[in-house]
Amino acid sequence: MLKRLLMSREALLAGAILLLLAVISTRFPAFVTPQNLGNVFNDTSPLILLAIGQMIVILTKCIDLSVAANLALTGMFVAMLNVAMPGLPVPIIITIAISLGAVLGMVNGILVWKLAIPPIVVTLGTMTIFRGLIFVISDGKWVNSHEIGDGFKAFTRATFLGLPTMSWIAILAVLLFSIVMARTTLGRAFHAAGGNPHAATYAGIDVGRTQFWAFTISGALAGLTGYLWVSRYAVAYVDLAGGFELDVVAACVIGGVAIMGGIGTVMGAMLGALFLGVIKNALPVVDISPFWQLAISGGAIIIAVALNAQANREKGRIILKRAEHAT
Amino acid sequence: MTDRTRFIPDRLQSPLERHLKSWESLLILVAVAVFIANSFASPYFLNAWNLSDATFNFTEKAMIALAMALLIISGEIDLSVASIIALASTAMGAAVQFGVDTPGLVLIGLGVGLICGAFNGFLVTVMGLPSIVVTIGTMSLFRGISYIMLGDQAYRGYPPDFAFFGQGYVFWVISFEFVLFAILAVIHAILLHKTNFGRAVYAIGNNPTGALFSGIRVARVKFILFLLAGLMAGIAAICLTSRLGSTRPSIAFGWELEIVTMVVLGGVSILGGSGSILGVVIAAFVMGLVTFGLGLLNVPGIVMSIVIGALLISVIALPRLWQTWRG
Repeated sequence: MLKRLLMSREALLAGAILLLLAVISTRFPAFVTPQNLGNVFNDTSPLILLAIGQMIVILTKCIDLSVAANLALTGMFVAMLNVAMPGLPVPIIITIAISLGAVLGMVNGILVWKLAIPPIVVTLGTMTIFRGLIFVISDGKWVNSHEIGDGFKAFTRATFLGLPTMSWIAILAVLLFSIVMARTTLGRAFHAAGGNPHAATYAGIDVGRTQFWAFTISGALAGLTGYLWVSRYAVAYVDLAGGFELDVVAACVIGGVAIMGGIGTVMGAMLGALFLGVIKNALPVVDISPFWQLAISGGAIIIAVALNAQANREKGRIILKRAEHAT
Repeated sequence: MTDRTRFIPDRLQSPLERHLKSWESLLILVAVAVFIANSFASPYFLNAWNLSDATFNFTEKAMIALAMALLIISGEIDLSVASIIALASTAMGAAVQFGVDTPGLVLIGLGVGLICGAFNGFLVTVMGLPSIVVTIGTMSLFRGISYIMLGDQAYRGYPPDFAFFGQGYVFWVISFEFVLFAILAVIHAILLHKTNFGRAVYAIGNNPTGALFSGIRVARVKFILFLLAGLMAGIAAICLTSRLGSTRPSIAFGWELEIVTMVVLGGVSILGGSGSILGVVIAAFVMGLVTFGLGLLNVPGIVMSIVIGALLISVIALPRLWQTWRG
């Protein structure tokens, strides 16, 4: 039991992150002060939130490439709402952000569920449509810091027990979804629908409906992150979080989520996100150009996929080499 | 996917009826409709030089779409093609700084394309990884290398005779790019529809295991297809770099979406196993005409991307809705 725990993907990844921190600390001790580690965690919170949603989607054999566009559209919408109605209290704005994000996720979910369109096609399409819609609603203009209300910006800056609100939201989401995935019917259905869709169907699980809920959760988290992002960086524009969907998929894959579905944990997704977050924050410290980051994310995805494939390769007698690596 | 019961019809369709009801004929109708609508919408549309300029909108993408069609028919996908363009273009730009002449630049462009294609092919066929994640990874990796080499800079100073590939005309308004695309389309059509290799591509897409049992070297065919996609991306990189006259790391950003849209619009099943080169070629014209027409009407590029995203989803959704509606 203990051995299994120590050899688990999550333990290995946590070890890798600690090793990374140790290596950095030999040269730059200031990087590993609790203060700075807190900052790193806070910076990574949006990625953690999106990675949890993406993990659930990937569990059901789908992929959601529209999360970053969803985040940006929701962020722009609530920012413009704030400019138009400065009196709107933050809890209502957050509710609107989560609802709008969930609706956008449902659009993906409906197309995948009811029309059985491959998720990659659906979300590639909605990704561009959402981005285009940001341009349409904002007319290509930026919503700048001075236009956004103070209450809107203060929420993510407030601290509680030394950690900013955004970090607490990420921690709460990790706890909540750990329980949902392990202890609820829906959570188990996500695993079953991706692990073996046919068996899931015979077990009375509606695979399509399960995928629909996965997209809805992913969308709701993207919507929430959209508000947090705009609140924290105090700016909204068309290309907000452009290309972030790749980081999200990378975080999941690094976190041991199997792209063919059925395997993955909330903890893994969080650690995958933290791994990328540490690298991202360490690059400027160790004086490497931020332009390296894209290539590092890409390399990390490929290495992680290769490692996952090794770990999950079926054991037993192989009569014929598998021809199918279906998409 | 949903199981559809097939009824045996009372009489077989005549060849004429089959052709008239095919996806390709429908596309031709759409193309004609778009053409007529455009000529009514803008007085500048029906002009030989304008129409010739319009072909530049799609020839480079369409070259890659030809190879992508083969890949998708075989059940794989390559999302890294646009990043291969970026890397090949960056490599050519770097070579220019060392005084490499035009033939050398062409070789470098094609070579980088082939190497990138081989890398994708190696990861998918030898390592047995799913192409969708691998190419998401290489998509960031290849473009990331461009960013590392270029940062926020640009390469310029291509030799004057290099401009022919993207700006030259073979005969009156017929551009070199257009002729090249036509030749490549014929080669791909022969390869897919008239050779054993082409039959193998269909067989693999329909049933990889069955294809393997029938003695088709599945891995080798797929590897060649990835090489081909890389090569086409290399050719497109030469044309695009020559046309723009400069290289930035953001070159051809987001093209993979338009290329996949082109292929799917052309009637290639995203699940593999069916499609034709003729359909892809007509789809390229349709997309070129639509974007050109919208451009003449001063519609901003990002709004066009909404149209393309919606097109991608509706092209797949409509036949399925039609089938559900007919019962």
